[in-house]
Amino acid sequence: MTEPLAKPNRKNPLSRTNQPLLPPSARSRKAHGLTLAACVGRFMLQCCGECGRYTYPVREACPNCLSSNLRFMDAATGGTLISETQIEASGDPYYRGHMPWRTGLVRLDCGPSAVVHLHGECGGPGSSLRLSLQLDRAGQAVFFAHPISETPNMEDDPQWRELTADPKDRRVLITDGRSLVAVALARALGKAGAARIFVGVADGWKPFDERQALEAIEGVELVDLDLTSERSVQELAMDIGARVEILVNTADHVRPAHLFEAGAANSAREAMDHTVMGLMRLAQAFGPVMRSRGADGAAGAVAWVNVLSVHGLSSMPQFGVHSAAHAACQSLSQWLRSELRQGGVRVINAFTGPLDTEWFQTVPPPKVAPRMLADAVVDGLRRGLEDIYVGDVARDIEARLFDNPKAVEREAGQ
Amino acid sequence: MNLSKARQGYNGVVLAVPVTVPYERYSIETAHWWIGKALRALAEGTGISHRDFDGFSVSSFTMGPDSAIALTQHFGLSPRHLDHVPMGGAAGIVSIRRAARAVQAGDADIVACVAADTNQVDTFRKTLANFSRFAQDASYPYGAGGPNASFALIARHYMDAYGATREDFGKLCVAQRDNALKNPHALMKKPLTLDQYLSSKPIAEPFHLFDCVMPCAGAEAFLVLREETAKALDLPFVRLLSAIERHNAFPDDPIQVRGGWVLDRDELYAMAGAKPDDMDFVQTYDDYAVISMMQFEDLGFCKKGEGPDFVRANTFTIDGSMPHNTSGGQLSAGQAGAAGGHLGITEAIRQLLGTAGATQVKEAQLGLVSGFGMINYDRGLASAAAILARA
Repeated sequence: MTEPLAKPNRKNPLSRTNQPLLPPSARSRKAHGLTLAACVGRFMLQCCGECGRYTYPVREACPNCLSSNLRFMDAATGGTLISETQIEASGDPYYRGHMPWRTGLVRLDCGPSAVVHLHGECGGPGSSLRLSLQLDRAGQAVFFAHPISETPNMEDDPQWRELTADPKDRRVLITDGRSLVAVALARALGKAGAARIFVGVADGWKPFDERQALEAIEGVELVDLDLTSERSVQELAMDIGARVEILVNTADHVRPAHLFEAGAANSAREAMDHTVMGLMRLAQAFGPVMRSRGADGAAGAVAWVNVLSVHGLSSMPQFGVHSAAHAACQSLSQWLRSELRQGGVRVINAFTGPLDTEWFQTVPPPKVAPRMLADAVVDGLRRGLEDIYVGDVARDIEARLFDNPKAVEREAGQ
Repeated sequence: MNLSKARQGYNGVVLAVPVTVPYERYSIETAHWWIGKALRALAEGTGISHRDFDGFSVSSFTMGPDSAIALTQHFGLSPRHLDHVPMGGAAGIVSIRRAARAVQAGDADIVACVAADTNQVDTFRKTLANFSRFAQDASYPYGAGGPNASFALIARHYMDAYGATREDFGKLCVAQRDNALKNPHALMKKPLTLDQYLSSKPIAEPFHLFDCVMPCAGAEAFLVLREETAKALDLPFVRLLSAIERHNAFPDDPIQVRGGWVLDRDELYAMAGAKPDDMDFVQTYDDYAVISMMQFEDLGFCKKGEGPDFVRANTFTIDGSMPHNTSGGQLSAGQAGAAGGHLGITEAIRQLLGTAGATQVKEAQLGLVSGFGMINYDRGLASAAAILARA
């Protein structure tokens, strides 16, 4: 049984906060094929297109037939532990702070052997294991071995917790409470054990339907936050910035406008102010403090989630402004990711299809229920993903973008 | 398909002038400084200028950004045989093999084989972090335990498979410490008991402190030349009877239980006209005792899996039933980077010249030296061995 995570105590203001360090992050370019898989929670290894054998570590040619046609393919996630060790000494400053560290050598069911991080509840040599690819604190892909069956508190394993962003015992800020999405997220995060859920509300004097639902959720605290106001964002960060371990940015501004319509640029400017500029203001106010708290104990700052439209990845003409704004957010999120990575804080983008909310009234199904989005975000945090595709439309676009992005563009809106 | 023909012998090839530049735990100097010291000692030991060495073979992890060619200018050498052998613990024997053929064919007359590394305070960590592409991609990010962690996996599996115990490893380590106490150059000066070995702090299970070598700065060097050249220079020498090397043997073994020696050992003994029992001493590559045990098996001193029994049945001190790593080996003399692969060679030359001093094995006529190196990812890739004889 995994030792259950102790509830974090109130922090002694006199004690020093550990500075974030990162595990060794040098990788070959080819190795990022594993990164691509880890970001979306897939398990892929190089497989030879000619002889069909899987190979690992990542190579430029198949050691069996020398074909350079080595593609990353989904692989069976099973394996058998051949040997294990518990590392007690390392010259690397990140790992020195996390000793002892359990690793093993696993014979993968698809063929090769791999050095892996071992969950504490994995049995000894000879045990069957389930493997996954995870992103470590440096954002690099690593293998993690889980026991085959569930064990008590297994999500609290300290090595696993380093590779994920579990909301348990962490404090969350949801940036825009005026939406059904915020309510669903607050509920899901509360259920996942979040210690506190701050929900930002702009112009709090204006009544809104979701207030009552939000206030009914245990742990929720409504806070003033207007993403279009730098001052408002800064003030909130000064107040609670050092108490936010997971930030979920739900900002959106969906207004249909035709490209040739007079005033379309104004509509776009307004959408950009709420979304892109809003994200930038949040990044400036909350980014530095979250980055500095990336190693602040077992419940330190861990993730920044942007809820984005999948149409940011390929425009949907009926919602061209919305698509453009989210495309800009996606670009900004990459920038933010490179900044927060230095603190070991991951940036997760949840790309969603059209939500089942009033602003997408004209869009035919399938649509994404707010609860589905919320569950996907919590699942992504628990599994340590980086890109989450929510709903059938988003997953369809993900697969097609991978296959042929031009086909997605030509067929959009038809 | 067997396209091999019988190998030519090493008739007339000899080794001379074993040099050890005394090790230091940490050094503020560069690898070049240590290489320079070794070359100078070789020249002094030979009685000619280092400029007259027409062959130069170098091994080092820390001489970057230079390669061997840059060193010729650095040290004023003008060789016609130049070799850079970046093969860690196998480099010494690999450089002997190449140098032997060069002097045999007349491509060179005197090859200076030098291995040296510095150990500045951060050298070891940097070497590990940048060791190889596979290590960077696939082993170092997993706990950054370096070779301790990688060989711990191999050792744990070996223990599970063949019943070796920590006491067995400890017996080898303790014997080597006894030997080291007789070697003035050994960094380890205090006796080691089995209890101390067993109760030392864990590093990467099953390894504890005394299972691990101490990285240090130092250099080892020797000459490879023809017998007639050695005689003309009035140098005492030992004969090279046979030598083998093999890289990435058994790539399909899911975890390392054997090295390439297995493929080539018959040839090793056949060329030398000897068998394992004939050896008066053995110098294995002892980055870990489990690897020495693997070498006992793979070099034919016992069968696969009998390493633990072999260790229990023998004694390994200088006066033991199987004198082993008589200088104390890397475990007790220190691991001066790539020089760790040359350490056993210089000690073997001294044994066979009869100049080993306090570590001298009585009437040593024939000895085996083994090399092993380069844990590129999950296993040591290079294996090598040589049999040397008193002239």
